[in-house]
Amino acid sequence: MSATTQLRKDSDAAGAPEPGETLLELKGMRVFYGAIEALKGIDLTVAKGEIVALLGGNGAGKTTTLRTVSGMLQPRHGQVLLRGERIDGIKSHELVRFGIGHVPEGRRVFATMSVRENLEMGAYKFSAVDSADVDRVFTLFPRLAERRSQLAGTLSGGEQQMLAIGRALMGRPELLLLDEPSMGLAPLIVQQIFEIVQEINEQGTTVLLVEQNATQALALADRGYVLETGSVAMSGAAGELLADSRIRAAYLGEGAG
Amino acid sequence: MSLQEFWDYLVLGVMLGSLYAVIAIGYTLVYGVLQLLNFAHSEVFMLGAYGSLIVLQFVSPADNPSALASIGYVALAMAGSALFGGVTAYGLEKVAYRPLRRRGAPRLIFLITAIGASFFLYNLAGKLFGRDPMTLPEMYDNHNVLTIFGAGVNVTQLLQFATAVVMMICLDLLVNRTKLGKGIRAVAQDAEVASLMGVDIDRVISRTFVIGGVMGGVAGFLFANLNQASYTMGFIPGITAFAAAVVGGIGNIRGAMAGGILIGIVETMTVPLLGDQWRSVSAMVVLILVLMFRPMGILGERVGRAA
Repeated sequence: MSATTQLRKDSDAAGAPEPGETLLELKGMRVFYGAIEALKGIDLTVAKGEIVALLGGNGAGKTTTLRTVSGMLQPRHGQVLLRGERIDGIKSHELVRFGIGHVPEGRRVFATMSVRENLEMGAYKFSAVDSADVDRVFTLFPRLAERRSQLAGTLSGGEQQMLAIGRALMGRPELLLLDEPSMGLAPLIVQQIFEIVQEINEQGTTVLLVEQNATQALALADRGYVLETGSVAMSGAAGELLADSRIRAAYLGEGAG
Repeated sequence: MSLQEFWDYLVLGVMLGSLYAVIAIGYTLVYGVLQLLNFAHSEVFMLGAYGSLIVLQFVSPADNPSALASIGYVALAMAGSALFGGVTAYGLEKVAYRPLRRRGAPRLIFLITAIGASFFLYNLAGKLFGRDPMTLPEMYDNHNVLTIFGAGVNVTQLLQFATAVVMMICLDLLVNRTKLGKGIRAVAQDAEVASLMGVDIDRVISRTFVIGGVMGGVAGFLFANLNQASYTMGFIPGITAFAAAVVGGIGNIRGAMAGGILIGIVETMTVPLLGDQWRSVSAMVVLILVLMFRPMGILGERVGRAA
């Protein structure tokens, strides 16, 4: 197993925080669905300012990991630490106050609300919507600005993904959890969305990215973890993982172990 | 049926319908956030009526009250019904439904619990308040105040209609303009994602019950003011309003309003055309027709969840 060295791509972006300080840490996290053990002891760290990719095939436990971090599931054993403080056991609606933004799998925008209302929902935890936050999202995603009064259900898949990300950004997250943002989208749109994720990261948001599209995710990420049936099978710097023959085999040959 | 009779019954129908609409909103709101058919809502309505009765018995309105005193009595009675309705709905959610949610009980268990809660509440009311129907004390001189299309409208009818309309406008504003309303809509669409946005689902559900309960309670007062209060008074209007909610598209608030008015008109029009005994039948016929030809209801865009 390669060491989880904190190699980092040189980023010359202004405002990106110094990496190194641990933001999120999972220690021996075990999660069950009834009697089925979905996560069999996950150890994972995300340092401030990083983009960390969480890879693996279907059923490997990627989404479960994100859902546990954001409080939708509770680990039966192990700990979830944010800035060194335990956050497992805290309900998801309280956890947003700790600076976690979660873009769920399948986008799940509020279909019968307008784009603008969806963004306002993202700022629900604040007493009022800050128009600067809305402007920031509209600057990142000009397409959303054009469609601000349109119902979210009428947007294309790519636009809905942008809206889901924008909605999460409205909560000014320090840690952004992205669950398969590329799912079901055309390659060109995926490219666009990944570029924006990079931009969001450069503006100072730490990203934990779940992806099936390993090559693209690792091109973006600083480090990566590969999950296989609920355990971390490999981890390391993105470049190392990209070069790793096992990864190449697993992802070129459909699905992990 | 003469033209004048038509107008008379139409006006009556719209007024009755406004009451059904208010009750139907209680069903539809709760269905929206919980996908629960809260059959105990008819008892919220009934207890609202007793709430106003208790307040009025306590105040005991004077004979020939001044206009100002009349307004005071009505306001107190309304407050009593709102309080009883709100508290009952709040308690129902807390005691009957929340524990089931905690355990992830199947939908059917919720339904049976709702029916059980309904039985419990109306029998409790029968025990506490007696089993004879009671008439509300007179709060004002009930004379005709205006004429619409030749149909006379008295104070009681005007009060009923105006209160229903004001409540519906307030609710519409609350749901569409306020933060709580946004939370209610978000929970109705995707509770899990709403919680990721920081919406406290438990609190939103509880408040939704209270809002529906206050409206249902006041509707109970308005109904008792027109007829009488009794421990079984909730059943027929409750079922009819539930039908109205489904006709309008359950989960859709404006649909509940439209469904309530429609059923009110159809029911009332049935009286001169077929006779009083066909009233409730006609409401159910409307329900069946809608379910046959437009199962999602008149305005329903979301019965159940989109995948």
